[in-house]
Amino acid sequence: MASKKKRDVQEARLGFRKSFKRYWDLYLLLLLPIIYFCVFKYKPMAALIIAFKDFNIKMGYFGSPWAKIFDFETATSKVNIFAHFIRFFQSAFFWQTLWNTVSLSILQLLFSFPIPILLALIMNEIKKVRLKKTLQMVTYVPHFISTVVLIAIVQAMVAPQTGIINRLAMALGGESIYYFSKPEWFKPLYIISGIWQNAGYSSIIYLATLTNIDPQLIEAAKIDGANRLKIIWHIMIPGILPTAITLLIINFGKVMNVGFEKVYLMQNSMNSKTSEVISTYIYKQFMDHNAFSYSTAVGLFNAVINIILLVAVNKISKKVSDTSLW
Amino acid sequence: MKSKEFVSASPKVRERGADRVFSICIVVISALIIVTVVYPLLYVLSSSFSSPGEIVRGNVFLLPKKFTLDSYKAIISNKRILTGYANTVFISVVGTAINLVMTTMLAYPLSMRRLAGRNVITIFVTFTMFFSAGMIPNYLLMKDLHLLNTYWVLMLPGAISVYNMLVMRNYFQTSIPGELIDAARIDGCGNIGTFFKIVLPLSKAIMAVMLIFYVAGHWNSYFDALLYVTDKAKHPLQLVLRDILLQAASYAEEGQSQGANLVDQALREVGIQYATIVVSSVPVMLLYPLMQKYFVKGVMIGAVKG
Repeated sequence: MASKKKRDVQEARLGFRKSFKRYWDLYLLLLLPIIYFCVFKYKPMAALIIAFKDFNIKMGYFGSPWAKIFDFETATSKVNIFAHFIRFFQSAFFWQTLWNTVSLSILQLLFSFPIPILLALIMNEIKKVRLKKTLQMVTYVPHFISTVVLIAIVQAMVAPQTGIINRLAMALGGESIYYFSKPEWFKPLYIISGIWQNAGYSSIIYLATLTNIDPQLIEAAKIDGANRLKIIWHIMIPGILPTAITLLIINFGKVMNVGFEKVYLMQNSMNSKTSEVISTYIYKQFMDHNAFSYSTAVGLFNAVINIILLVAVNKISKKVSDTSLW
Repeated sequence: MKSKEFVSASPKVRERGADRVFSICIVVISALIIVTVVYPLLYVLSSSFSSPGEIVRGNVFLLPKKFTLDSYKAIISNKRILTGYANTVFISVVGTAINLVMTTMLAYPLSMRRLAGRNVITIFVTFTMFFSAGMIPNYLLMKDLHLLNTYWVLMLPGAISVYNMLVMRNYFQTSIPGELIDAARIDGCGNIGTFFKIVLPLSKAIMAVMLIFYVAGHWNSYFDALLYVTDKAKHPLQLVLRDILLQAASYAEEGQSQGANLVDQALREVGIQYATIVVSSVPVMLLYPLMQKYFVKGVMIGAVKG
């Protein structure tokens, strides 16, 4: 921290005029990326206004009328710009999709979080270099498989009758289960396949942290008579903890961001009770019902909750571990 | 045998009881992990070389049954897969080129600590990482820009990944000595000249990492195409693959109910899905050696924030 401050003082920012004179070519370079962000990221934000309107393509973003809500008492429509939000909150899908989104990502976090740590600890304990290299190489591979292929593999593994899981189950006297049709199996399949795909990749950072632990510390513990399990418990795990906590906190800020791609591929009419998350709901409302304003409103709700969570988590993280995203 | 004796004779390497058990446990667990990761991959590979009838009957377990190249031959004569493949290659190559140029154009100026306005621009850019307009406004934008059903819609909207840009900027800041850049300036190099003469040659690792991230991203994504491209002739491979899988799944279900008496067409679909999976995954796997070399470094740079 201290050295960084010192450097900042040494390399004080220039005034605008001086900076332009010195870096004019870099400002020119920045022009295109800035235009890109304006057009592709900020311009659509203006279109968010349709969440408060009854959007009609012909009338455009600003010409469309404000959203109306139907009042049953007077049997007339009244302007209420939050009409689409209210409709979402009152629909049966609100609690269902919200619960599915939050529970899926929290469960995923809890289950898939410790695995890369364990994996790194195991890799770190392997004395045979070739075994260690093999384990690393093998576990990194699935990270580069596409979601479409991943789900195809999962389907093949749990296929009724022919998949290995069901064959093992049947060999042990169990029954063959069609996992993808069971709502209660959606989350486990999602989480386990996620671990299979990403544990190796996620372990890299922990492994690097472990190799940075002072070897003298370990030597001293050995001389004191500690066995390897004790060394792991008293030296390795405390060494890894700060990194782990930071990553955990950051991930909690992403709870509302369940990836659309994988959920959508695993979804079918039979498991939608547990698999319908907010993003897939938005997509379907948009595609199947052309509900421009309504699905924009649901998306905006999701984005706002997301950013509130992120800010909150970041505040906590700053207090707890002195790390933050910004 | 000989080496074992040698090991036990050396007091340094000899382990005490509990540690010996521990070592064995570690090896066993590692082996189990390797099997768990490799088995599904091997199954797919073997199935792609097996006769589809054997797959449906559940006879493929580890190695190919009734070895055949029919599924691969079927791919070569399948126009949709070939077009999808060509589309994906085109999008990955051109898209990644755009990504690298645009990301560098932003990351390099922002790595200059003395640049006025650096913080404002960083905040302006980073904000989009945490808040985006969402599916429908983005769709409407593409419609307004007349990008729907073009290849551009799969390359331009994601031209810069803010995360990657920050990783690259951090690399420039931490791995390129400031003195070198100053020296180049004193020698009369412009800022852009300095980039090509000094910074770029020292940035092979980060460029390789960015290349891997972006190529893998383009190659594996399907959602943008699902949303923006309805013209099937422009569908990327992943979307074609998804259609094939859906088709095969419905045939497989039929097969279950009819006691595996599938018509030829259905059987072919079952076989073709595995071959397509293999063929579509191989190119990304080819990046693997490159990845091995720079990967850990890249992930670590990404982890260090600045």
